[in-house]
Amino acid sequence: MMGNPMTETTRTPDSQQNSESRSEPKVDIIRVEGMHKWYGDFHVLKDLNLTVKQGERIVICGPSGSGKSTFIRCINRLEEHQQGKIVVDDVELTDDVRQIDTVRREVGMVFQHFNLFPHLTVLENCCLSPIWVRKIPRKEAEASAMEYLERVKIPDQANKYPGQLSGGQQQRVAIARALCMKPKIMLFDEPTSALDPEMIKEVLDVMVELAKSGMTMICVTHEMGFAKTVADRVIFMDGGEIVEEAPPQEFFSNPREPRTQKFLEQILHN
Amino acid sequence: MAESVIKPPKKQLGPVAWMRMHLFSSWYNTLLTLIVGYLLVTSVGPVLNWLLLDADFKGSDPSDCTGAGACWLFINQRLNFFIYGFYPNELQWRIDVMFALLALSFVPQFIENFPGRKWLGIFGMTGLPVVGYVLIPGGSFGLEAVDSAKWGGLTLTLIIAYIGIIASLPIGILLALGRRSDMPIIRGLCVVFIEVWRAVPLITVLFMASVMLPLFLPEGMNFEKLMRALIGITLWQSAYMAEVIRGGLQAIPRGQYEAADALGLGYWKKTGLIILPQALKMVIPGIVNTFIALFKDTTLVLIIGLFDILGTVQSTITDPAWQNVAVEGYVFVAFCFWVFCFGISRYSQKLERKLDTGHKS
Repeated sequence: MMGNPMTETTRTPDSQQNSESRSEPKVDIIRVEGMHKWYGDFHVLKDLNLTVKQGERIVICGPSGSGKSTFIRCINRLEEHQQGKIVVDDVELTDDVRQIDTVRREVGMVFQHFNLFPHLTVLENCCLSPIWVRKIPRKEAEASAMEYLERVKIPDQANKYPGQLSGGQQQRVAIARALCMKPKIMLFDEPTSALDPEMIKEVLDVMVELAKSGMTMICVTHEMGFAKTVADRVIFMDGGEIVEEAPPQEFFSNPREPRTQKFLEQILHN
Repeated sequence: MAESVIKPPKKQLGPVAWMRMHLFSSWYNTLLTLIVGYLLVTSVGPVLNWLLLDADFKGSDPSDCTGAGACWLFINQRLNFFIYGFYPNELQWRIDVMFALLALSFVPQFIENFPGRKWLGIFGMTGLPVVGYVLIPGGSFGLEAVDSAKWGGLTLTLIIAYIGIIASLPIGILLALGRRSDMPIIRGLCVVFIEVWRAVPLITVLFMASVMLPLFLPEGMNFEKLMRALIGITLWQSAYMAEVIRGGLQAIPRGQYEAADALGLGYWKKTGLIILPQALKMVIPGIVNTFIALFKDTTLVLIIGLFDILGTVQSTITDPAWQNVAVEGYVFVAFCFWVFCFGISRYSQKLERKLDTGHKS
């Protein structure tokens, strides 16, 4: 836990702007080697290789059906891979339930449709896992949850139910809920695509803030503005393969692959 | 949130306008109104007369009944038997204690802000059966033993219904979870259990419990008839319960499972904290429906020689001392069942409103 940049920033919120510290050499926190996945006979993911260093911010984009969501869902084993190797924070994902649980404790996930628990209040949503999985005393868990709710700027909604909040607010709660587990890695699965246009910014602002704090992030998103501002690398997937991988400036100004060029043309058109 | 300055237009109808709109809006509506009105006028009066105005409440023997209306003093006279069955008079305080505890546990559930309401409810679900198990049969703590063959009347009806309801819910939950399990053996066992029990009529279950079960049990191992009936009813009911709950489990969106998984909650925590609270809430109407059905089905124990409230009433109306009191007896039984079933129904509606957080994931 000591090396976790999130814990440090929680203790000293002022240090949030110190994003320069990430230039020093960091360990590989995620390694994906020769990973394949099939749904029945359908080959969804083909020979994926990816190494993510601690503190790195990766944006994955690509046309729908390209397997990008499936890919990040494999990283916390919401989907099973059939071949190859995924190692997260030195723990390999296998059929071993305990190893899966260990990985899931360290990896937070934000979903397209928020997936908040509708029968629990916002605060209870945030405290649930710290209390039951991390075994943190309720008082402490609530205090820490309130801190995170302040960071996503909705502490005043803590006692409401998810059904009473707007989509943007719900997604910010979902981010706070994932952060309450003090994860080392955050996965975002199209966090803004189910939102009304006027709410996208409030969620992206929170994500930019989080990126500045040094969190390791993998985001599947179509928000190219977000990719340009915070990503260290942009990965383009198509047909279950990683087609191109480049720093954002290069990716957007000078894409190498024809498929990437075509995709960028299409999305930047509107 | 802001107070709107312009109020919505008020829609108000005077009684004449209301009647014109709802009762006499067209020729067939007018016709229906007249027919129903005629039936009400001609039937309500006689029924009220029979039930209350001409009825006999006071007196001590059949000759005090004039015959003009209902002979309620028959119920009055035999009430003790209808409630306690053959339970010895001097020991009936034990059952009274149980009635009092039952009321204490569940009546406060209807009263908002009653102190300790939640704990009383939990006691009603867990402690009450234990107290009953000690108090009603006796035989321990210096209490005189009362054979279960002597239990009867409303007491027996409530015992059977209560045990059936309390025990079938957890078993039903486990069966429903088992039927959706990834483990083929557990899933198979649950499917077989549910499909076998659900396909058998309760009467058959009761006959088997009272006649056949003893043949299969090893030598020297024998339950009382009531216990066997209780086990049969509980297992039968839990198969139904399992299917109702499975309906709720299937209605939970996959995202809820995934969110719980992603937070690192294991199977039991995920099920207990996330899935079941939502699934059970969703199927409260179905659960209550099966409870009410079971409550009324308890009368079937009559056929294996247990005297529930219907059994006690039925045996009294054949008493030659009392003539022509069958209708009164059945009306009384119907009323007793209605009171309890209506209570269960009202409580479930209250619970539904209370648990409504206004959003389905």
